[in-house]
Amino acid sequence: MQKYSIFNLIKNAFSNHENWDLAWKDPTPKEEYDVVIIGGGGHGLATAYYLAKEHNITKVAIIEKGWIGGGNVGRNTTIIRSNYMHDENALFSEFGMNLWRKMSQDLNYNVMFSPRGIINLAHSDAQMNAYARRGNSMRLNGIDAVLLNREQVKEIIPMADFSENVRFPIFGGLMQPSAGTARHDAVAWGYARQADSMGVDIIQNCEVTGFDVAAGKINGIRTSRGNIKTKKVGLCVAGSTNILAEKLNMTLPIETHLLQACVSEPVKPILDRVVTFGAGHFYISQSDKGEMVMGGDLDGYNSYAQRGNLPTLQHVLTEGIAMMPFLSKLKMLRTWGGIMDMSMDGSPIIDKTHIDGLYLNCGWCYGGFKATPASGWTFAHTIAQDRVHELNAGFSLNRFSTGHLIDEKGLGTKTWIS
Amino acid sequence: MLYIKCPYCGMRSQNEFSYGGDASVKRPELNKEISDEEWDNFVYNRKSLRGKHLELWHHLAGCRQWIKVERDTATHEIFNTYKADEVIS
Repeated sequence: MQKYSIFNLIKNAFSNHENWDLAWKDPTPKEEYDVVIIGGGGHGLATAYYLAKEHNITKVAIIEKGWIGGGNVGRNTTIIRSNYMHDENALFSEFGMNLWRKMSQDLNYNVMFSPRGIINLAHSDAQMNAYARRGNSMRLNGIDAVLLNREQVKEIIPMADFSENVRFPIFGGLMQPSAGTARHDAVAWGYARQADSMGVDIIQNCEVTGFDVAAGKINGIRTSRGNIKTKKVGLCVAGSTNILAEKLNMTLPIETHLLQACVSEPVKPILDRVVTFGAGHFYISQSDKGEMVMGGDLDGYNSYAQRGNLPTLQHVLTEGIAMMPFLSKLKMLRTWGGIMDMSMDGSPIIDKTHIDGLYLNCGWCYGGFKATPASGWTFAHTIAQDRVHELNAGFSLNRFSTGHLIDEKGLGTKTWIS
Repeated sequence: MLYIKCPYCGMRSQNEFSYGGDASVKRPELNKEISDEEWDNFVYNRKSLRGKHLELWHHLAGCRQWIKVERDTATHEIFNTYKADEVIS
């Protein structure tokens, strides 16, 4: 593999950049693999990368129905954070933060990780108390957290509405300074390029149509490009988990919902943090191109549409304008939707299943992108060692029947309750 | 924007409704020994079908009745709506 460096850039400039290697190949599926990962999104690509890098398993195929970077890894709002209260989420996400920090060097691909900090705004005394509690929990788990009062928040984001007579005045906020954003496509491309260079077959435009299961063991998968034999299958298809689970006669604690995001026209730099509204569900950051990147609530009913409805967008942007009134002057540039695995407690599932050799990675709700490296790392461990790592032990499939739910803040499927 | 035909009020915009999830889920019978698996299936596990999906909606900002809606989860086409206690053949 050609290394991406300043010297190679100059060298290739002499041949008009026409001789660069392809970032990854386009192989035809082989008859058999040691591990097959279904789903070539961020998590699937990361899983294959860590299988090769950490466990020396390189006879791996990634089966992707569409194309690399076309699913949720290219549809998210690129926020990376570990500001969780519960140990399971906090330790898992903070492990991921450490992978994010060195990802560009690791992958030899600039993922433009920008630790610009995230501020969760508080709009009441009670919310300030709740944030103080969450901040303390974070610090006990070694995560940076700073509780800001109204004046301190005003210094950082003066463009927010600090007038006295608003419906939800800003009392302060909780900040994780090390949180931030990254270039989402680069994450997918970087993982794909490295995985490919270590021998992983990335097979695009290939739909999984069925599974060969006999005597409780997986023997292979059926795809639109032929049958593939394998003893280990990793299901990494958040958004389509229910569809594949149906082919396995499994019913999961997951509903499939649609989440929208949008960007404004590009403007000059105004916001250098990620900010979330505390009296609803709205988050905003500014991309390097200058677009304001915004998102919020689910559409609120089961959906596989990959396209959103306007009432939800209107609701979300109303919150945005309440928080930062200048947004009302901006024109909308793009809106889009992605389909989410909404688990019933709002936390993910990375686990073995009752079928030998079938591993499950799903239920990422609103937070799939930031989990990409940690999810790939722990899922690779679970597949390679046939046992869960302590970092994903809490994300078990049976926690719903045993009552060990990880209910971070009631963000599961039932948005109609809130 | 979805338009849902409430069996009581007629065609209304989705803004008047609140979603209530899969309508095919059945609560285990009362006064019966219920296994963990049965509870699991009632409380948490969902098929979340792609295509025709029978679901509950609450006409919250209207007549406040719960209704059943048969909708396509990929295209959002609504095929039929029923009263909550209506038996669907």
